[in-house]
Amino acid sequence: MPGTSGKLLVDWARRADETRFSSLGVVDRLAYANYEPLTALAAAAVVTKRIRLATMILIGPLRNTVLLAKQAATVDALSEGRLTLGLAVGARVQDYEVAGVDARGRGRRFGEQLELLRDIWEEGRIGPKHRGPQILVGGSSGEALARMARYADGYMHGGGPARAFAATASKVQAAWRDLGRPGKPALWGMGYFALGDEAVRLGADYLRHYYAFTGPFAEKITAGNLITPGTIVDFIRGYEDAGCDELVLFPTVAGIDQLNRLIDVVHAIR
Amino acid sequence: MKYAVLGGGPAGLYFALLAKKADPAAEVHVIERNPPDATFGWGVVFSEETLGALRDADFESHEEILASFARWNAIDIYFRDTRVRSRGHVFTGISRKVLLGILQRRCRSLEIQLDFNREVRDLAELGNADLIVGADGINGLARRSQEQAFAPRLTAHPTKYVWFGADLALDAFTFIFRRNEHGLFQVHAYPFDARTSTFIVECPEETWRSAGLDGASESQSLDYCSDLFARELQGRKLLSNRSTWLTFLTLRSMSWHHDNVVLVGDAAHTAHFSIGSGTKLAMEDSIGLVGALRRHADLKTALTEYELERQPVVERFQEAAAESSAYFEHVSRYEGFSATQFAFNLLTRSRRITYTNLSQRDPGLVRSVDAMFAGSATGRHDGAGRLSPPPMFVTFRVRGKEIPNRVAGSTPGAGLAISQFFAVSADGRIGPKTPVLDGDEQRAALKSQIDGVHRNSGTRFALQLGHAGRRGATRPVSDGVDRPLRWGGWPLLSASPMPYSPRTRIPREITKAEMQVVTEAFASATRIAQECQVDALELNFAQGYLLASFISPLSNQRRDNFGGSLDNRLRFPLQVLAEVRRAWAGPLIVRLTADDWVVGGTGLDDAVEIARMLKAHGCDLVHPVFGQTVLESRPDYRKLFGVPASDRIRNEAGVPTIASGNITTSDEINTILAAGRADLCMLEG
Repeated sequence: MPGTSGKLLVDWARRADETRFSSLGVVDRLAYANYEPLTALAAAAVVTKRIRLATMILIGPLRNTVLLAKQAATVDALSEGRLTLGLAVGARVQDYEVAGVDARGRGRRFGEQLELLRDIWEEGRIGPKHRGPQILVGGSSGEALARMARYADGYMHGGGPARAFAATASKVQAAWRDLGRPGKPALWGMGYFALGDEAVRLGADYLRHYYAFTGPFAEKITAGNLITPGTIVDFIRGYEDAGCDELVLFPTVAGIDQLNRLIDVVHAIR
Repeated sequence: MKYAVLGGGPAGLYFALLAKKADPAAEVHVIERNPPDATFGWGVVFSEETLGALRDADFESHEEILASFARWNAIDIYFRDTRVRSRGHVFTGISRKVLLGILQRRCRSLEIQLDFNREVRDLAELGNADLIVGADGINGLARRSQEQAFAPRLTAHPTKYVWFGADLALDAFTFIFRRNEHGLFQVHAYPFDARTSTFIVECPEETWRSAGLDGASESQSLDYCSDLFARELQGRKLLSNRSTWLTFLTLRSMSWHHDNVVLVGDAAHTAHFSIGSGTKLAMEDSIGLVGALRRHADLKTALTEYELERQPVVERFQEAAAESSAYFEHVSRYEGFSATQFAFNLLTRSRRITYTNLSQRDPGLVRSVDAMFAGSATGRHDGAGRLSPPPMFVTFRVRGKEIPNRVAGSTPGAGLAISQFFAVSADGRIGPKTPVLDGDEQRAALKSQIDGVHRNSGTRFALQLGHAGRRGATRPVSDGVDRPLRWGGWPLLSASPMPYSPRTRIPREITKAEMQVVTEAFASATRIAQECQVDALELNFAQGYLLASFISPLSNQRRDNFGGSLDNRLRFPLQVLAEVRRAWAGPLIVRLTADDWVVGGTGLDDAVEIARMLKAHGCDLVHPVFGQTVLESRPDYRKLFGVPASDRIRNEAGVPTIASGNITTSDEINTILAAGRADLCMLEG
């Protein structure tokens, strides 16, 4: 998020790796003062040993697929197989305009991109020699779910109450069965939090600004920010009951104290 | 705080009184364009739950409402001149006029300013209100003045309806179905005081025109409906109150607030009258809005929270209302049902009532549903009063075979196991590991698979036969779907030379001679299946495989007599079906794409037509599936997504069906079966 120093990013990753968290997530946005997700995860890979590194999500169609395949394989190799590559078409047209990429037809191109990524990693032509990271797909439309079931290993949800996650998870599993995939799709969820009086206000400002493009919906996302230990615990339990395999909580204020406060909350659970 | 409330209906008045109670210092001003005693409509219905919410919100008005309402716990369904009564559904009804009187008096006692007969034409007339509450109905000024911010979407329903009163006190929520020479009419009626009932008449628009009601005056319409339902009216009269024929509009709004304007009730959303919840939702909106305003000093936060709380609730009702209205739009489909099944289907139409929760509300009715279902399956109708198993455990008989229960799928104990895809020839394989049923090698493997199934259970084994067509020569699906083999592929055949994906091989347009070869391969595989003692065959006419590629116009661009019209596109698949039918005396299932999920592709109307032709060519069961005709489509994976197609095919084309599509519980299966929406169900998950 804006205002995050390189040192904070690395400290956050190291501290998360030392505690009980199982994954570390980054978001993607082009026309915004954030770090490029795969580069940020490459930095995180160096200072961590065990934690999973995830893009949640990375906007696939903005990128050249071959280059993306190589970058992702590089981060996966650097981290010894700890990358989970979450991909989606993204929701902001502005990112496409800035990148000079046509937003029209992005869904169809995204489907082709997913298949090509797998081909590239399996063929190993451009290296590093690697089977490629786990791929998850995000997006709520039926098309997105079908692409997920066709090419990916699972699904990344875009946020909201546990009930909304459960309803989407049912569709994800139906899509998976419909396309005849064996086993079950991996299910990832996400939420936002801000802990501490000052952080609550700053977090609300951040979310309103970050989601301003959604119009009136920004207020609802802001209202969903988890701002007390109790709501965080309820949220985690709700997602667990809904079958979520991995839940990533994103800070809405830059500062290592947010991670420390979250550690206290999560430690109290069990 | 200064509140200006537009509209003096239940939502506006209730908001006003709750807001004033919450903050006695607040200025609350209600503006209504009609006089205080004007009424539209007759009675309104509340559930027990709503009454509880009204009691908690304002005890005084709740007491008055209790003193003047009608209460009942039954639903009566009159169909083909028999009545089925279902008990255990608690409702209360109150006259809309009485309700408004109670709320008006309560507002006055709280010194709320009520202005009647005042039409507001511009929100600026409301001066410096802190909050403008739009409680002014579906065409309200509040919403119209900010259309862009509220982003409303209006959908018109294809039936005509009219609100009458009746001077008769019903003792149940009453549905009446009556067919005359013009078509089928239905009544939704319920009491609202000791003497009077609401009596809504509804029919399809074409029936309405055919009966001449499009040109009828108010009194002519009244006379027509009085005659039509004379028997149920028992000599009593229908009452009109500016009762004219209407088209119901469902309103959905993306947002319910903008700046200092907020919408409640019909101004924000409507739900079809057949689930009777308009007033309930409107008053609950007001409770939710005042609650949010009490909790948050910041107006924006309060209005956001109001929306977050109420929108999901209203959406659930709107979904139920959509199911319910769709049922009434197509109810003539079920005219062949027995009265018991017809009633169960009606009660479960919106999915809020299911087999299991009806078993709790009305165990007697569910026992007679069980007996009806078991009786129609065995042909023995002496079961009334006897205990019968739930529908999913009733035997299904088809072509001399008994399937021990109605569950299909891979769950142990399922009545029907449907095999993986077996190709009829090597070039029809999906991938290198797809089994081919063309010789001795597979025969032994299949035989032992079937013997295994038979040895361990009463499960019947259906063998799925197909030809992958242009979706052939792919890698195992564990690596992704429709990814072509890197090496060792084979030439593909399809209706037209169009690749399935940009990366798959371009298929060759299959020739007439090759069609003959494929037909013979199906017949020969059928003979092997017969030797292996399979219990049923399922022919795959779906998922974009070879036979499906003929059926969908998206993949068939042939100019010969196998392309073009639906008759032509079905020619080859029907030829295969007829050939298999000749070679096979047992149950024959066709897996059919009922909806391509693509505009311009096969849709449900086509699927019904196709199912009729399949039946005529000897198909015993249709198994509708969806999508995959082409690479990119717009799927809909919601719960029970395949049931509407199964329902239409079964009840319009008259072919038994196997329903599939996100069916995951036994309650869902029992409900689908007992309501006559399918004959077997695929249990997933």
